[in-house]
Amino acid sequence: MAFFRTTGGLLGLFIETLYWCKSAISNSDKVFTQLYIIGNQTLPVGALIALFSGGVLALQAGPTLAQFGLEENVGGLVGLSLAKEIGPIMASILIAGRVGSAMAAELASMSVYEEIDALKTMDINPVRYLVMPRFIAMVLALPVLVIYMDVIGWFGGALVALVNPEVHLSLDVYYRNLSELVNFVTVVNGLIKAMFFGVIISIVCCYVGLKTKGGPREIGYSVTKAVVMSFVLVLVSDYYITRILLFLNID
Amino acid sequence: MERKIEEQELNNPLITTVTSEQNGRTGSVLLDYLKCAAVGLEIDNISRSFGDNHVLRGVNLNIEPGETVVILGKSGSGKSVLMRHIIGLECPDTGRIFVAGEDINDPEFKRNHVLAMVFQSSALFNSLTVCENVALYLREHKILTEESRIKEIVSSALEIVGLQGKEDEMPSEISGGMKRRVAAARALVMNPDVILFDEPTAGLDPMMTRTMGDLICDLKHQVQITQIVVTHDIDLAFYVADRIAILSEGRILEVGTPLQIRGSTNSAVIDFIKPQFE
Repeated sequence: MAFFRTTGGLLGLFIETLYWCKSAISNSDKVFTQLYIIGNQTLPVGALIALFSGGVLALQAGPTLAQFGLEENVGGLVGLSLAKEIGPIMASILIAGRVGSAMAAELASMSVYEEIDALKTMDINPVRYLVMPRFIAMVLALPVLVIYMDVIGWFGGALVALVNPEVHLSLDVYYRNLSELVNFVTVVNGLIKAMFFGVIISIVCCYVGLKTKGGPREIGYSVTKAVVMSFVLVLVSDYYITRILLFLNID
Repeated sequence: MERKIEEQELNNPLITTVTSEQNGRTGSVLLDYLKCAAVGLEIDNISRSFGDNHVLRGVNLNIEPGETVVILGKSGSGKSVLMRHIIGLECPDTGRIFVAGEDINDPEFKRNHVLAMVFQSSALFNSLTVCENVALYLREHKILTEESRIKEIVSSALEIVGLQGKEDEMPSEISGGMKRRVAAARALVMNPDVILFDEPTAGLDPMMTRTMGDLICDLKHQVQITQIVVTHDIDLAFYVADRIAILSEGRILEVGTPLQIRGSTNSAVIDFIKPQFE
């Protein structure tokens, strides 16, 4: 029963948020505030994670490929892995952990301390005022973060491929192979996933936050619930989105 | 109405000092801005249960335009739940609430009437300054577009609640009593037909309690706004009320002027209003 109630609640919030997107322009200041918060919280950490993720891909795959004389394919392998899967998933997990948790905590705190009720008494729709700006900001920011992390991850892979004596691939060879295998559609594949993940994370975190009742203990519980639910839904939906994108030849 | 105030003044030695304080208060910009057309309110047989817990059991209460009614009751008697029904945050299982003859659950209601509430927790937005909190309603509904006018109204509202000069402070930087007064200022700029106070003095020291009482009296005398105050603070109730309704176990036990309540023969009412320490 709780499963159906939560699913219905998430869908209801998603539809209501889409409806309120009509007032995005008049609320652009709130959207920019959220974009700033997301950028501020994720760009430095995102760079670090991407650099080392690209590096570890090259570190793991490089020597194995070199055994078969295929070390020049490291660039393509790192590029494809990051653009299609690792980039969107890493960015989503980072955003869910850093920004989604903060969103859930803020909205849960507002629910517990009657601020949401205060908004309602002022006839200010909480979905328009609180959820819609977060939703738009996350759906816009996540693809940008993916591109940012892809580029840094590719560079991390190139660096390891260059300095690792078992691979020792020049930057020129690495990037040539990468550009042969990673094209515009490949990057778009990752960006479409990122947008869907942005929808999932923002709606889940806002829903869990808004539904919080009780006291400080419930705020903590809601944050954990929102982050875990976001991770699970992102990873499960990744499979289905990939199937759909393969079916549509966006690969 | 005037008779009721006189009646109250006779029985409340504090009122004379309050009146002199009121006269010292300004905030005329806001008072000019408030176009309060006092409205009446009718609570018609409201019942509400949460599972097996019957919180409200057929509450009936009529409130005259411009009247200040205090709903007095013990903790857990259903006062705050009743307040949440009046403001429209909860829907009753049975019964209806009318403001100026219009059902508050009617979709058209919010276009015609504004009800404002001062929450027990103040419910200020921590990410906004005091000024932004008070101006939120005006800005979000684009009631005023000229920023200088908004600031003028906000300053005037803060002046009325005795917080002039606190515009740029964050809620985390002010005391609990000040937060409650900011919440009152936020409610005032909504230009409400009815203003509701939920436990306005809970957790406040005697000075702050007095200030909140003064504010409610000021609104009654200067703006003639309809006010509903929910409290278990007996002193406050007798200080500000035109009429007092005693709520117990989800039912209204007795309604009357402070004089009538003091003279009540109902043993439950006598038990409730008698001094706790003698």
